[in-house]
Amino acid sequence: MSTQTLIYIFVAASFALYIGIAIWSRASSTSEFYVAGGEVNPVVNGMATAADWMSAASFISMAGLIAFLGYDGSVYLMGWTGGYVLLALLLAPYLRKFGQFTVPDFIGARYYSKAARVVAVVCLIFISFTYIAGQMRGVGIVFSRFLDVSVTIGVIAGMGIVFIYAVLGGMKGITYTQVAQYCVLIFAYLVPAFFISFMLTGNPVPQLGLGSQLNDGSGLYVLQKLDLVVQDLGFAAYTAGTKSMIDVFCITAALMVGTAGLPHVIVRFFTVPRAADARKSAGWALLFISLLYTTAPAVGAFARLNFTESVNETAYADAPGWFTNWEANDLIAFRDRNADGIMQYRAGAAFDGAPLFTDERGASGERLVMNEDIPGGTNEVYVDRDIMVLANPEIASLPGWVIALVAAGGLAAALSTAAGLLLVISSAVSHDLLKQTFRPQITEKGELAAARIAATAAILVAGYLGVYPPGWVAEVVAFAFGLAAASLFPAIFLGIFTKWVNREGAIAGMVTGLGFTFLYIAYFKLWEPAANVQANWLFGISPEGIGVVGMLLNFAVAAVVAKITARPPAEVGRLVSMIRVP
Amino acid sequence: MPEDEIEAREVAASNYWRANVRLLGLLLSIWFICSFGAGILFREYLDRFSIGGYPLGFWFAQQGSIYIFLLLIVIYVVLMGRIERKHGLGDGEPQ
Repeated sequence: MSTQTLIYIFVAASFALYIGIAIWSRASSTSEFYVAGGEVNPVVNGMATAADWMSAASFISMAGLIAFLGYDGSVYLMGWTGGYVLLALLLAPYLRKFGQFTVPDFIGARYYSKAARVVAVVCLIFISFTYIAGQMRGVGIVFSRFLDVSVTIGVIAGMGIVFIYAVLGGMKGITYTQVAQYCVLIFAYLVPAFFISFMLTGNPVPQLGLGSQLNDGSGLYVLQKLDLVVQDLGFAAYTAGTKSMIDVFCITAALMVGTAGLPHVIVRFFTVPRAADARKSAGWALLFISLLYTTAPAVGAFARLNFTESVNETAYADAPGWFTNWEANDLIAFRDRNADGIMQYRAGAAFDGAPLFTDERGASGERLVMNEDIPGGTNEVYVDRDIMVLANPEIASLPGWVIALVAAGGLAAALSTAAGLLLVISSAVSHDLLKQTFRPQITEKGELAAARIAATAAILVAGYLGVYPPGWVAEVVAFAFGLAAASLFPAIFLGIFTKWVNREGAIAGMVTGLGFTFLYIAYFKLWEPAANVQANWLFGISPEGIGVVGMLLNFAVAAVVAKITARPPAEVGRLVSMIRVP
Repeated sequence: MPEDEIEAREVAASNYWRANVRLLGLLLSIWFICSFGAGILFREYLDRFSIGGYPLGFWFAQQGSIYIFLLLIVIYVVLMGRIERKHGLGDGEPQ
């Protein structure tokens, strides 16, 4: 059977599975729609959280990022796992004890204010939409490369699937679908990693393989060899990295705290029966997540080694099939600077920016690009980092069914996260804005209908962003974390661990944190991208890490404002005492 | 509920909270030392040593800290269970 047929079968089978589960677990009340009735087993919830959490970025992009960043890629590994410690220890059990439906529910009740609730809703929608646009783009990439359909049709198909199980099933449908999606995505991630690790080192466990000797007879360790190979070509040593220590520190911290402040992750802990289950569930979630996250650095390192060795100094005419496949998808380009027909892969850009292909072919048959040249450059190969995981099975010449599995896994990762995000957006609209703020007289049935309408609208917006991605989407997705770290996390933390922070303090803190972080990111990423260099950064902290400063500002402003305004009413003290005890 | 029973429950709750915060402080210190400390601040020093083919600081940054995070949550779950039983709190076993 051809690889293409296998891909169709795997993807169709996984979609049928998700829809089947959705029909079996329809939501019939608002409680089932928002929090799956609050009776999900902690292990099941941990698995669903892991799928919810591991997005297209984790599955498709992260190993590729690490492959090219080397040590600097550690910010993602530590940042996106360390946040679970904060969640389990500082937030999840208390929010579960509080026992409502949404994050703004807690902010609104703890800070006795509809204004605080609305500010939290604004933060939440802002964070979730920046995040979801990236998921839909992930769906589009997988479809266009593996299923030979246009990105538009890919996104529409993805929207259709998410629509069926998120709108019908609500949180209950999403939870059980995510369990299936976790199984698909982790299997799809680990299988090629086992193969490649075994091929390169003789040890099938990638976590151990990365620390082992290569079995090419050189006696070198994988990381030693990689350092030698990349330094030879003019790159920084793989295990050293190029970012400054303060920047690595701040990016890691922003990602960790941001993880703990992401509404679609927090809300998963509202679905288990007890506070103690919320703690356990966070542990299970991290276990399931760490299976992928400890594998990713191995996948990245192996991919970098394989890619470099199979491309560098190879004649374009002899380039492997995957090279021309991805070139046809605009994600790889070869500019033959010295006209020798051989690909010299070196440090530095091959040309300015992402490739703009012409319709013409060069002397060796490569697609020509019209980008500005970079004077003095020696690199001839452009490669989009996103392809490393998807191309990995092909680069390592693995069998067709592994490639098909990876396609299904990438879709599972993107769809599961998109569904979780759509749910928090829809519950923020139907529950926080309608029921709790503007239309308190709405019936349960009306609220449920409103939740479904809001989910539908959110899917349409997300789909639009996936088909017509504004240039800034890919850039901005990573910043959702900084925004979450600077806005929601401090408000929730102070709400649990202090009794004296009041409405005025919390609102002023959230507005300051979100505003500062947003403006800093927007300045360097949207308005003055040319100024985005270390010399211009505040304390040398890049826009990726600035959420930490926003968070500190949030804490400081909240404390000062709370001290100079009236203390919160007595019932807030009782509420805090209540949530602190399981 | 009689007056003194409410009071006893309040005392238990505040002792419980103090024990919880102490434990949080301890575990979060370890969390910080292993990730930000070993993986970032002291990485270059630790890279002089190695664990298999991994430079040690690099291992902490890309592998070790994740295992330790997981361990910290497990320890927290277990110890909180004990603290809850000791103070007679907790919301019971699942039905």
